[in-house]
Amino acid sequence: MKYVARVEVRLKPGHTDPEGETTREALVELKYNVKSVRVSKVYEIVFEADSVNDAKNIVEEMCKRLLANPVKDDYRYYVEEAHKP
Amino acid sequence: MKINEVRVCIIRVGGTNCDAETRRAFKDLGVKTSIHHLNELSSKRNLLDYHILVFPGGFSYGDYIRAGAILAKTILSRIGGEIRSFVDEGRPILGICNGFQILVEAGLLPGLNGISDYPEAALATNIPIGYRCMWVYLKHEGKSNCASTWLIPEKRILRMPVAHAEGRFLLSDEKVLDRLLDNGQVILRYCNERGEYAEGRFPENPNGSLYDIAGICNPDGTVFGLMPHPERAYYGWQLPDWTRMGRPPKYGDGKLIFESVVKYVAKKF
Repeated sequence: MKYVARVEVRLKPGHTDPEGETTREALVELKYNVKSVRVSKVYEIVFEADSVNDAKNIVEEMCKRLLANPVKDDYRYYVEEAHKP
Repeated sequence: MKINEVRVCIIRVGGTNCDAETRRAFKDLGVKTSIHHLNELSSKRNLLDYHILVFPGGFSYGDYIRAGAILAKTILSRIGGEIRSFVDEGRPILGICNGFQILVEAGLLPGLNGISDYPEAALATNIPIGYRCMWVYLKHEGKSNCASTWLIPEKRILRMPVAHAEGRFLLSDEKVLDRLLDNGQVILRYCNERGEYAEGRFPENPNGSLYDIAGICNPDGTVFGLMPHPERAYYGWQLPDWTRMGRPPKYGDGKLIFESVVKYVAKKF
């Protein structure tokens, strides 16, 4: 079965996000009343798995092994069966 | 072993861009040095034919995901067994800039309990944000048995350039820093020209690194990574002010790193 995972990797709360802070300053320059910006990275991954549970296990492993660094990153994901084109 | 019998392997992939200067530094010391693409190293060569493995600077795989992450995981997946043997046998590994990021992402540094499955440290986006290319001062924290710095006197101030956007050294908590300090793994710290620690202040600390850390080694001292570029401070004529020096020195401080690791191997093997 084909599955699609949407994985979001972002800095853990409390970690300074210089990219987010710079973006916030730029938005304030444009006269928006922005209090905070946090930047995250989203991966859309299409892959084969035997079941939804299997697919979730695989994505969890992908996050731990490559997509996130546990020292600074949090991650969350949503997995669903890929729709046929 | 004689110096001219020491064999150095510099690894490269797409995006590596400091391999040639790094080879030139090693060749100046009279050691056999070759640059190999990861594909060549993993299919046609045996890592254990070499005494020193070097991850040079650059932007391996475009710094995608996180700087160093892709090469770190790829090399472990392809020749993880050989890397483990290399480390177990006490053969030195040197990671410069992107190489340091690779060693951290691969779990080889800080390596508190051997090679870790997941990273125990991170090199995060600089604070202040941005790619920063500038000369900095470093203090050698000495004491340790680090293969790549053992010739440098304790507390000696070194001058080298940094050139990176992700060099802010981070650990998960303060207890881990205590362990690194207890083990003598903190080797280089950012300071000013008088040797006073930067204490997080820019520009002496160019990236906001925790505890002004610029370079660390593993508990055995054989795996060493640093953000500054010793290969860009190897010769006296690479110094930014050499034309104003009257008689510039023949070599810069970077030579001490290469000399240390080469002489370590010559003495040990």
